[in-house]
Amino acid sequence: MEADLTLHVNGQPHAVRVDPATPLLYVLRNQLALNGPKFGCGLQQCGACMVVLNGNLAWPSCQLPVSEVLHMTVTTLEGLTRPDGSLHPLQQAFIDEQVPQCGYCLNGMVMCGAALLAQDAKPNEEEIRNSLYRVLCRCSVHSRAIKAIKRASEV
Amino acid sequence: MPQPSFLVFSLPPTSRRDFLKNAGCLTIGFALLGLATEATGGPLADELPGSLQDNPRINAWLEVLSDGRVRVLTGKIELGQGIRTAVQQVAAEELDMSLNKVEVALAETDRTPDERYTAGSASIEQSAMSVRYAAAAARQKLLTLAAQKLGTKLTQLTLADGLIQTKDKKRQLTFAQVLNGAQLTDEVRLPIKLKPKNQYRYVGKAVHRQEIERMVRAEEWYVQDLRFPNMLHARVLRPANYESKLVKLDEAELKRLVPGLLKVHIDGSFVGLLAEQEYHAKLAQDYAKLHAQWTPGRTLPTGQPLPDYLRKLPNTPKPVANQGSFDTPPAAGATTLQASYFKPYLMHGSIGPSCAVALFDQGKLHVWTHSQGVYPLRESLADLLKLPMETIHVKGVPGSGCYGHNGADDAAADAALLAVATPGRHVRVQWAREDEHAWEPYGSAMVIDISARLDPSGRITHWQQQVWTDTHSSRPNGQADKLLPTQYLAQPRMPKNDGAADFSAGGYRNAEPLYVVPNLKVDAYFFEGPLRVSALRSLGAYANVFAIESFMDELAEKAKQDPWEFRLAHLQDERAKAVVRKAQEIASQQQLAEGEGLGGAFAQYKNKAAYVAVVAKVRIKEEGTVYRPQLWAVIDSGEVINLDGIKNQTEGGLIQAASWTTTEEVVFDAHGVRSRQWESYPIYRFDEVPYIMGVTVLDYPNKPPLGAGEAAQGPTAAALANAVYRATGKRVRELPLRPEKLVDEPERRQQPG
Ligand code: FES
Ligand code: FES
Repeated sequence: MEADLTLHVNGQPHAVRVDPATPLLYVLRNQLALNGPKFGCGLQQCGACMVVLNGNLAWPSCQLPVSEVLHMTVTTLEGLTRPDGSLHPLQQAFIDEQVPQCGYCLNGMVMCGAALLAQDAKPNEEEIRNSLYRVLCRCSVHSRAIKAIKRASEV
Repeated sequence: MPQPSFLVFSLPPTSRRDFLKNAGCLTIGFALLGLATEATGGPLADELPGSLQDNPRINAWLEVLSDGRVRVLTGKIELGQGIRTAVQQVAAEELDMSLNKVEVALAETDRTPDERYTAGSASIEQSAMSVRYAAAAARQKLLTLAAQKLGTKLTQLTLADGLIQTKDKKRQLTFAQVLNGAQLTDEVRLPIKLKPKNQYRYVGKAVHRQEIERMVRAEEWYVQDLRFPNMLHARVLRPANYESKLVKLDEAELKRLVPGLLKVHIDGSFVGLLAEQEYHAKLAQDYAKLHAQWTPGRTLPTGQPLPDYLRKLPNTPKPVANQGSFDTPPAAGATTLQASYFKPYLMHGSIGPSCAVALFDQGKLHVWTHSQGVYPLRESLADLLKLPMETIHVKGVPGSGCYGHNGADDAAADAALLAVATPGRHVRVQWAREDEHAWEPYGSAMVIDISARLDPSGRITHWQQQVWTDTHSSRPNGQADKLLPTQYLAQPRMPKNDGAADFSAGGYRNAEPLYVVPNLKVDAYFFEGPLRVSALRSLGAYANVFAIESFMDELAEKAKQDPWEFRLAHLQDERAKAVVRKAQEIASQQQLAEGEGLGGAFAQYKNKAAYVAVVAKVRIKEEGTVYRPQLWAVIDSGEVINLDGIKNQTEGGLIQAASWTTTEEVVFDAHGVRSRQWESYPIYRFDEVPYIMGVTVLDYPNKPPLGAGEAAQGPTAAALANAVYRATGKRVRELPLRPEKLVDEPERRQQPG
C-alpha cells in the first residue's frame, strides 16, 4: 500500500515512500528525521506533536494522515530557525525566559505560539492561554511559556 | 546580574555540629561572620558527600580533555531539574574555567560514578557537591604537578580557564600538558580547600541551561530522538488488566491485518510487536488490543469509599515517633480536635510515554533509557535475562520529565527482552499513551488521622497521627521482579511488597510535624493496595503535609489564633520561622475581594531538606471550580547553586501540585484502571493554570545546599485547601478539591454552566 508522496516541509519538497494513511508525525520523525514534533499521546490530546499548517494553523500531527497534507505547507520547530541559523523571536524568548524543564512539551508551546503570532502580533494573556489550550505540560512551566510568548510579541 | 530577593541573614543559632559541618565547606581561615576562631580552632567535622565516599577518585568525577576542556561525570540523569547545569557550574567555579569549557557526561554504566537513583531531590546534595570537591581537589593536584614540571613554587602559579601560568606569564601549561595523557587518579580527601564563596562567578547566579537552546532548535536530545540504522520499532501489547493472562492472540490474523508487522514475540503474556515502520507497530498494537483475549485478572475494590477500604486492609505497622505520654487525662480547659484526611492515587503523567532502545549484539546488551538509575537497572536486567553484569551496558539519555518512578525502567526491560529475541538489530520500544496511564506505578493513596490536644493558652500539648499507606518505592533496585514485563512472562516473577521495610521511609515522609509538641506519637500502617505504586514526587510528604498543615489551620481556628502566628509559636528552627514570616508578610499584603480566600502552609521537606511556605489566594467559580489560584512561594534551600533552577523547580512544583490537588485522581472499577488517557485523567490545561505571583528565595551561601525539587508539593496542597475554606467555609479533607465538594448541590443546580 506504500505510495510515493511529496511533502512540503520547512520550505522544501520531500519525496517519501510510505503508506498514505501513516500519520504525519511518524513520517516527520522517522522518514524526515525531524526531532521537533514529538509523540505524546497519538490521540490529539496533548499537543506534543504540533506542527503549523499553511503558515498559521497549529495542528496536531499524530492523527493526521500524511495523504491529507500533500497540498499544504508543513512547518515544524526546525523550520522556525532561519536558514542562517538565527532563531525565530519565539525560540529566542523561550531561551531568554528559560522556559522548559524537561522540554518535551516545548514543541507544542512554540508551534502554537508561532501560529498565534502569525495571526495576531500582540496577543493578550487570555489569547495566549487559549491558543495553548491543547498543549499539556507536566513539569508545569506554563507561566514561563506565557511570559515568553508575550516577550516574543514585543520584539 | 539578578540578585536573590534575600541575601543578608545573620547566622541563625544552630547546633555546634551543624555549624562546624558548615564551616568545613569553606576555605579554612575564611572569616565566617566573626566566628572564625571557633571554626578554625576545633577539628573540622566535615564529611564528604556519600557519592564521593563511594567513588573517591578524582577521575571518577572529572576528566581533563586534550582540547583544553574538562569533562565532569555525574551518576545522575537530567530530568529537567537542571543537574547538568549545576554540576557544570560548581566545576567551572572551582577550576576558574568558563562554563562552555566544561562538558557534562550523564549517568552511564562503566563510565560515570554509580550514584544509584536520581531521586529524592538529592542530586545537588550528592552529585554536585561531589563534583565540587573533586574539582577543588583536581585544582590542587594540577597546580602541584605543574609546579614540579615548571620547577617553580606553587605560590608562583595562577590557574584560569584551563591554563596554569607562572605569575610573570612567561611559562604556561594547559591541564592536558600537565597530565600528559594521564588522568587524576588520586582519592579526594579532606581537608580540601574550596574557593571562597565571595569570589563566585557562577554559583548562586541564575545561569542559563545550555540544553534549552538544543531544545528550541529541535536538536537530538531525548531518548525518543535516537535513530540507529536498521532500527526496528516495537510496541508491547499490555494485558487487559493487572494479572490478566493471555488466552488467545491470533498471530496469523494480526499479520494479515498489518502486513508490515515483522515479528510477534510472545513469552507467556508478554507480547512484543515489531515492525520496520513505527506506524505498523502501532497499528498492530491497536488491532491486537481489540482481538486478544485475556483472563479478567485482579478484581479491584468497588462499592465502598476508598479511604474506608484502605483502612481495613491488612497492614504492617511501623512506629515513627513516640515521645512524652498520652496517659494523662486532658487538663481542665484543654480541648481536643481530630480529623481524617485522604489523598487519592495520583499519576506521574509524563508527557512523553516511556521509551527505550536496546541492541543485543555479539553477546553484549546495550540499553538507552531515561531510567533514573542506570546501575540498578543493569543489575535488574542481568537478573531478568540471566546475563553476566559485564555484558550489559546502560546509558542514561534524557526523556520526558518523570517526577519519580514511572514506566522508564519497564520500557527498558521491554526493549531488552525484545532485543535479545532479535539479535543484531536495535529495537526501539515506544509505550502508547494508554500503556503509561494504565501501567505506570502510581503514587499511593493515603489516609491520615490526626488528633491533637490544645492547652487553655492555645499550645499544642499532644499530637497523634496515623498514616495508612502503600509503599512509595517499588524501584527495581537490582531485582527483576519489579520490572513490569517480568511479571507477565511464561515464568513470571511477582514482586514482594516491602513498604514497611522501605528504607526511603516514603510513606511517613514528613509525617512528623516540624512543630514542637511535647507529646508526639506517629504510626504508619503499610497496606498492599489494589493498584501498582511507587515513588511519585515527594512520596508521602505530599499527603502528610496536606494533612498536618490543614489541621494546623483547624487548630489555629479552634485556638482563635492567626494561623501564621499559631505556626510560629510552635516552631523553634529559625530558618523555618524566617520562611513562615516572609510568607506571612506576603499574605498580609493581599486585598481580598468578595468570595476570595487566602490560605497558607509550610513544611521543611523530609524535615531536613528545603523549607517552603506557600500562600494561595483562591476564588471559586459558580460551578465550584477553584479558578486560577494565585500562588506565592518562599523557599530556603540553603546555598543556592542555580537561582533560576530553584525558581523554575518551585514554580513547576506549585502548578503541578495545584493540579494534583484540585483535579487529579486515578479512577478504577472492578475490572481495572479507567484513567487510560488524558480525557479520563485530566491535568491542568493552560486555561486553568494558576498565576505564579512570586517565588522568594532565601539564600544561605554558607549553608549546605538542600534538595528543593519536591519541597513545594505538600505546602501547595494545604495552602489551597486552607484558602478554599476561607472562601467557602468548606473544609475539604479528601482530595481532590472537586467542585461538588466546594459548592452545595442545590446551588450548583441553580447555576447554569
Ligand atoms: S501526540 Fe499528538 S496530540 Fe498528543
Ligand atoms: S517542560 Fe516538561 S512537560 Fe513541559
